[in-house]
Order: sequence, then C-alpha cells, then structure tokens
Amino acid sequence: MPSFDAIVIGGGHNGLAAAALLGKAGRKVVLLEADATLGGAARTVEFHPGFRASEVAHLVTHLPVRVIDELGLARHGLDIAGPSLPSIALERSGRHLVVTAGDVGGDVAEGEAAAFHDLNRKLALFAATLKPALAKAPPRLATRDRQSALSLARLGLDIRRLGRRDMRELLRMILMNIADVLDEELTDDRLKGLVAFDATLGTHLGPMSPGSLLSYLYRLAGDVAGAPQRLILPKGGMGSVILALAGAAKAAGVLLRPGAPVERILVEGGRARGVVLEGGEKIEARLVVSAANPRQTLLDMVGARALDTDVVRRVSAIRMNGNAGRLLVALDGLPEIAGLDRDRLAARMVIAPSMRAVEEAFNPAKYGELPERPVMEMVLPSISDPSLAPAGRHVLSVTMQFVPYRLTGGWSEAAREELKARVLSEIEAHLPGIGRLVRHAELMTPADIERRCRMPGGHWHHGEMTVDQMFFLRPFQAAAQYSTPIDGLYLAGAGSHPGGNVMGLAAMNAVRTILETEGRR
Amino acid sequence: MAKTYDVIVIGAGHNGLVAAAYLARAGLKTLVVERNPYIGGAAVSRELHKGFLYSNCSYVCSLLRPEIMRDLELPRHGLQVIPYEGGALFTKDGDVLATSRNHEVNRRAFARFSRRDAESYDRYSTFVMKQCRLIRPFLMRTPPDPTSVKPRDLGELLHLAKAFGELGEKDLGDTIRFWTMSIAEFLDQYFESDVIKAYLAISGIIGTALGPMSPGTAYVLLHHYMGDVDDQIGAWGFARGGMGAVSRSIAGALEAAGGEIRTGAGVSRVLIRNNRTMGVVLESGEEIRAKRVVSNLDVKRTFLKLVDETALPSDFVKSVRNFKIRGSSGKLNIALDGLPRFSALPDDSPCYRGDMHFTDSIGRMERAYDDWKAGRFSRDPFIDMLIPTGLDPTMAPPGKHYMTCFVQYCPPLIEGREWTDADRDAFGKTCIDQIAEYSPNFKDLILHAEVRTPRELEAEVGLTEGNIFQGELTFDQLLFNRPVPGYAQYRAPVKGLYMCGSSTHPGGGVMGAPGRNAAAEVLRDLARPRTMGDAYAVI
Repeated sequence: MPSFDAIVIGGGHNGLAAAALLGKAGRKVVLLEADATLGGAARTVEFHPGFRASEVAHLVTHLPVRVIDELGLARHGLDIAGPSLPSIALERSGRHLVVTAGDVGGDVAEGEAAAFHDLNRKLALFAATLKPALAKAPPRLATRDRQSALSLARLGLDIRRLGRRDMRELLRMILMNIADVLDEELTDDRLKGLVAFDATLGTHLGPMSPGSLLSYLYRLAGDVAGAPQRLILPKGGMGSVILALAGAAKAAGVLLRPGAPVERILVEGGRARGVVLEGGEKIEARLVVSAANPRQTLLDMVGARALDTDVVRRVSAIRMNGNAGRLLVALDGLPEIAGLDRDRLAARMVIAPSMRAVEEAFNPAKYGELPERPVMEMVLPSISDPSLAPAGRHVLSVTMQFVPYRLTGGWSEAAREELKARVLSEIEAHLPGIGRLVRHAELMTPADIERRCRMPGGHWHHGEMTVDQMFFLRPFQAAAQYSTPIDGLYLAGAGSHPGGNVMGLAAMNAVRTILETEGRR
Repeated sequence: MAKTYDVIVIGAGHNGLVAAAYLARAGLKTLVVERNPYIGGAAVSRELHKGFLYSNCSYVCSLLRPEIMRDLELPRHGLQVIPYEGGALFTKDGDVLATSRNHEVNRRAFARFSRRDAESYDRYSTFVMKQCRLIRPFLMRTPPDPTSVKPRDLGELLHLAKAFGELGEKDLGDTIRFWTMSIAEFLDQYFESDVIKAYLAISGIIGTALGPMSPGTAYVLLHHYMGDVDDQIGAWGFARGGMGAVSRSIAGALEAAGGEIRTGAGVSRVLIRNNRTMGVVLESGEEIRAKRVVSNLDVKRTFLKLVDETALPSDFVKSVRNFKIRGSSGKLNIALDGLPRFSALPDDSPCYRGDMHFTDSIGRMERAYDDWKAGRFSRDPFIDMLIPTGLDPTMAPPGKHYMTCFVQYCPPLIEGREWTDADRDAFGKTCIDQIAEYSPNFKDLILHAEVRTPRELEAEVGLTEGNIFQGELTFDQLLFNRPVPGYAQYRAPVKGLYMCGSSTHPGGGVMGAPGRNAAAEVLRDLARPRTMGDAYAVI
C-alpha cells in the first residue's frame, strides 16, 4: 500500500503551491526538496556574513488573487500591501526617467509621455485579452476534444471582442519585435531602452528578435493581487512568499521534507509508483507531481529508457540555457544618487540606456561571449526589509542580462572576475561613488544558478519563453496539459504553461488537471 | 482628349506584367506604363559590359508558379529554365561540402561531415517537404480578413482551418513551432555539423533583415523552398538568357493578348476624384484615363509618392509609413575572362554549375547580421555566388563567363547616413576578397564588376530602401497582414485602385502570384471570374 496519495518533487514556489492545493483537496502529500532550505529560486541566502538576499527572484510581478486566496497566503503572513516600486531608467548624466505602472515622469518631452501612455494602454489591452488563457490548462490542438475546442473558440472570441481595429493590431503585432514597435511610437532612448530591457529580461532574445513583443505582453499580463504592472517587494523579502506558501502547505497537512533529493522516479508498467531518494530511501505514492524542470524530471529522474525516442528527442530539444546572471552586493551604506532623492531609492533601477545598448549586450551572448556593457536591473531590498543587512548597511540585488550559460572557454575565475568588473563599472558609471561602499560582491552565472538551484541551464523559466515553447507547446506538445507520457506523473513547474515568474499558476492549473483526471479513475 | 484604357498597370516588373497579361487575356484593354526605358523591374538581363548579359538584380528562377507558366504559355514565349547541377560550400580549412540536385548524393556529401547528420537528412527533408505541400496551395489564394464576417472571408478561414486541421494534432504543433522558430534552432533539432547547418540555413536568411538565429527565419526557408523546377520541389534554376527572359516571355503573353506596354513613361501621380480612380498622370504631364489602376510598385512608393495623402484614411497612411521595408542585401555582377578555379573543387565538378558559398558556420552568418543591425555592411559577408554561363552560354562571349553574387548583409543606410561611392567600393572589395581566398585566379579574371547596394537598387528599380521583397517577410507582414492589416486583398482604400507587387501576399521572389491574385480581384470586381480558368475557381 502506498503511504502517500501524492509526492511533490521540488520545494520552490510551484512545488509548494501544488502540494498545498493537493493537501487542501484531501490528498495525503509529501513534498521532497533536494536542498536543506525550501524556496527554490526564491530562496533567501546569506551571501556574506550578516548580509542576506533572495538568490534569484527578487521581485514579485505576477501573483494572482486566486493563488493568494485559494492558498490563504495572507493568513500565512504574506504582506504585499506596500507600494509598487517605480522603475528608474538610469542615465549617466543623471537625467533619470521614472516609470510607474505605464506612466513616465521626469525630464521627458510632453508628447513622448502621452505616446508612452497610449502605447502602454494598447499593449495592456492585448495582454488582458490573452491573460485568461494563462489561468487554464492549454487546449489541445485536436478539434475532437470538446473542452479544447471550446477553449480555443473562447480565445478567438476574446480576440474578436477587441473590435476590428484592435484585433487587426493584435494580429499584426503579436509576433513582432519590441524594437520595431517602440520605433513606431516613441523617440526617447531612455524610455525605449527600459521597455526593451523589460521585454527581453530572462530570455534569449534581443529587442530586434521577433517574439520580444510577446515576451513583453507576458510581463504586462502579470498582476499582483489583481493590480497590473506591479513590482512588489513583499514585506520581509521574497523569503516571506516562500514562508507563506510553506505555511499553507503545512496547514493543508503536507509533510515538507527539505534535504530529500530525488534520485529517480519509480516507473512500473508505464505508471509512476513513487520515488527513490539519493540515499536509497523508497517512497511510494499513487501520484508523482514534479515541479522540477521537465528535462530533469523526464530524462534524469524517469530516464530515457522508459520513454519513446520521439519524446526523448523533444525533451532534449527544449531550449533552456539561462541568460541572466546575478550579483549580490553587500554595501556599507546607501548610495547617493545624483538626480534622485534618497527616498526614491526604494525603486527598481535599470541600466539600459537605449535599445541599441540592449541589442549590443545581447549580441555576444549568441556566441557564448560576455557583454562589453551589461544591461541590468537593481533593487535595494534591505530598504523594505532591514533584517537583510546589519544596521546601517544595505544589500544591492542585481540581475544582469545577457550572461551566457556556456561561456566560450569556460567559466574560469578570470572570466568571472571580468564579468563582475564590467557589471560594477557600469553601476559605478550610473551611480557614481557606489564603488566605495562595496564590501563584497557575489556573482552567480547561469551555470552557478543551475548548480545552486538545481535548474538545468540555470534558466529561471525552466525553458525559453518563445512561441515555439509556449502555450500548447510548453514544455512540449505531448505534455502540455501537465500529464506526461508516464501515467500518474504530472508536471507542475515553470516549465509548463503558463511559464516562469513567482506566480503559482502552473501549479494551480496542474492540480486542477490532476484532480479532474485522477478523480475519474 | 486623353487616351482611355480599361486598366492601367504601373510598373513593368514581373508581377505587373503577370497581372496585365491575365487582364488582357480576360478581354480588358490593358496598358502597362514603365518608368525605365526597359521592362522587367528587377527581373532583367542587361548588357552593362560589352558582350555580357547581367541578370543584375534577381538571378534565379524557381519560385515562378507553374500555374502561371501554363496559363500564360510562357515557354511558348521563350522561357526556358535550366536547373542547377549542384552546389558547393567552401570551408575555411580548405574543405568543401559538394551538394547536388540528387538527395542520395547530398546524403553522401553530408556523411563526410557527420554520419548522424546524413541519417537525419531524410527526416529533415520529409518534414520540410510536408510544410511546402501545406503552404503552396495558399500562394494562389487571396488571404481572408480574419476580422470580417463576409461569407467569402469566413469560408476562406474555414478552408484554412481545415487544411491545417487535417495535419493532425502532432503535425500541427510541429508546424506552429516551425513557423515561429529560428532556422538555427530548427536545424539544431536535426543536425550537429556546423557546415551542414550553415548550408541549410542559407534559405532562411536570403533577402531578409534577420539573422539565422532570429525567430521566424525557419519560415523564410520555406518561402525559398516553395519553388519547383521540373516538378522537383525546392529546386532552383537559371532562366536561359538571364532573368530578362522571364519578363520578356510574360510581356510576349501580354502583347499576344492585345495588351500594350509603354516604357520611359514614369507615373507622377494616380488621378483620384471622389474616392474613385480616374487614371494616371505621367511625369511628362500626359494624362491617361482608366477606371482601374493596378500598382506594381511597393506599398510605400504607391501610397506615399503617387497618391494624394488626403485621399486615403489616416490609419491606412500610418500603417503604410510603419511598413517595414529595410533592405538587407547587395549584389555584384562580374564579367570574367575565363572560368575561375576553386582549389577545393576538381575542374570538372558539377558544383561549378550551381550555387557556391563561403560561410561555413551559423555563427559567421549571424555575425554578418550583427553588422547590419549596427548599420554597417558585413565585414565577413554571406555570398550566394553563381556562374550562370556554365549552363547558359548565351550570357557571355565564348570562353568568357558571367558571375552573379548576392550578398548579405547590406543596410539601406550606413550608420544612419546615405551610402557614398567609397562605401560601395569598399563593400565590393570585401566581397571580391572573400571569393579570392578560395579561388587563386579569380581576381586576375575580372574584366568588369558592377557593385549594387540598396542605394543603387532603389535608384534603378525603384524598390524602396532596396528591399528585394518589397517588404520584409516577418509575420506582421505576411498573409492577411501583408501589406497592411485590412488591405490584404489587393485593393487600396480607393475604389478602382489595386496593388499587385511583392508588397502583397504571398510576397517576394520572382513568383508572379501577387500579380495573378491581384488580377483575379480586379476581375472579381468586374464580375468576370470565369475568364481565369480552373486556377481561379478556388478563389
């Protein structure tokens, strides 16, 4: 007799959400996390004595009401009521731009602000049209499947409801690159640089790569507790999201087992029967739900032998080489920023001075080389959560694009130092004087993220977010509805629709599918 | 009293001639007006060096729709297409990938670089051919308007949905992937050898302002594979006598049907009164009347230069201004004193009678594109080089040869400014130097070289920004989005004004489909659909 109804693999936010939801549905669940700490890529780590920061994800941009409510995250301590951070496009001369939820302030031409407002409104409308599809399992392309046909028809209808003019615009623009869109509407380099950065963040796309607009729409489709275009630093840091999720899971009766790395998934007669841990311990269950990366799940834990050649080929072809690096900086104090009040520092600061700068930072990544001038976003999480640093000191959390997973010649110590120096020198150029405050800087390349977070390729989204790997093609067609070619094995991580960000929808969609499917058995 | 026709076609490019020929055959009194003293647009053969004929713009003939060849009886009017015999991709280390029209020969050539890739080649070819078969029937159909509820549009959408639905779930998913992927990623799924990938990626970038790593380039590959020579899908060939022979044969069909052509007759504007087309005014001031005018010019030239902006809806004008038409290629036409020898090829190799390339990795191709993005011509360009005289001795004096080099990437402006003659010469030298690396006697054989950048292409042929496809081939400008959403059915927002150039569906290449589809729409408006034969019945 299996001792559990379900095993959830992976203690990141999706794994925790899936476990909690299954627990709430009355299933007896154990969650297995390889690391000693829960949280996956949203885990808080001490990177320098006394200084802590969220390892990878450092802002909440997507956290739907449904996820918060169904899991009772507020009850479990999540506080996201604070104001949304403005985005500040830093400029060397100190002519910074401030953008808040689609409106631009600061030293910008009047017509430009209006043009940006209109463009944002149009794109937000498109994002809102596509958004309902995120909170559902993707339809199958088979017209004979009634639910899929209805789901596709619904999407078609939503698009038609836009009216002729907007529908035409959506169908024209959906696969465009963000650079062409911005060139059509805007002229300010700083503003275009900021949007181009946001559109390509975390992806292997430059602003001129077709598909970068869709990546931006995905960003715009996010909301935090119902409010769109938010950048939230939760009170207590990103770690508080994980604490709340873990609390919800515990309250739902889930057994949380950190420090329990899964070696393989037991498959008998084409059905998952449980898992074997790295120490040899065997745990049986009727269901195995993996929030780990699909390639890890299917190729490493299940193994190619139990799968069709075609499935193996498709899983191997999923593109998941990470593109973003992290730099966690321990500061001796708050930097003085020319042109910015000190109280404006609770912001997301972006160094991406123009579209061309973003494109030129992208180019070397195609060949496994380092960008000459990295583009990046930075936050000072210790402003809203002073416990992250000793009194009077601060943490600067930097995410920089485009850092290749595979560096030509390998990630030698010299290469790491070189990248660190380039990032710090760009920061110094935009925030003069910050260099004197730097006490320690910890670099994470995608290769480090892969190792530390057990995410293949170090890719946050468990796979590139491009059309050919989205929606009913995510992670690959035969597994897009969360079930896999192995009966009783389901996927519930960012590698599945709708994809990455600390959002929880992949888990929620997956659990709904699981309860529908397994309930029928 | 101004002369009056039933229909005037502006521009004697191949699409204008195709449209005119169909209209004349339908019994309309048809006139084609052409600015240049010669016909053909970018499908021309010109004697720019004594005794040598240059196909100085387009240079291969494979996309021309067989239906059009049959309908217009082009072989009877002198068109003869000779297939390539082979091809070669030279590598930096002195090796060569020698390809052929024959699948088995290619397989063996691939096996020299990777056995695994030779195995994958069958799987790859089957998939790509399936995609070609899927899309080809849609080349000759007017795209539906997805926002419309007219029976015709709904019917056409259903037809489209049915054709795709018939693929089945798995193939449909693969089709969507294929249409949205980059050619580099697509090839990564099948091949491991950089040389083989570089060879197969060529068709994904020709004529586009995209690199092989840009999403959407796998579709571009399809665009180049849709052609057929002697019923062999994806095969390419030369027109005997150069590309001018294509235009001349279509003009022959037009004149045989009673149509007229006037060269040296540039149009200065289209006459419009009360939202109705009345005719054209030539640069000489002469007025020619017709209730229907079909423009073969690109959409920017037509509506921003020949039509009074106030006669057009402002949304339409904005869309036309936003139409992406950045040129990305250049061309060298070279007269040679003899056949250049390539060290890596035996003298009797059939590869001399096919396309030759020198870019042996996707990375080099992509870096060439990075230069374009930054507003420079590629320092290590991609060259599609052919010596048509190996198969067609009519283009050069005996013993001499004509070489055509299509080059990417070449931006419409150099770092934001106009090209100068010095830029052009530097560009030409870069290309010649690249070829000379592989052919020691090449430079000594050069008798004359014509170097063309987007600047020359625009000045001579009138292609805005020197874009050979009259508009980029990205999804926002394909199908019902081409040239602009809401106007993909060949009609302009002015009654009686039509578009028939490559700016319209299905786009560029010497295909003729836009011309034929536009003619079908003119005839539909005249309610004379029966005159177009079976091909029309599907519209």
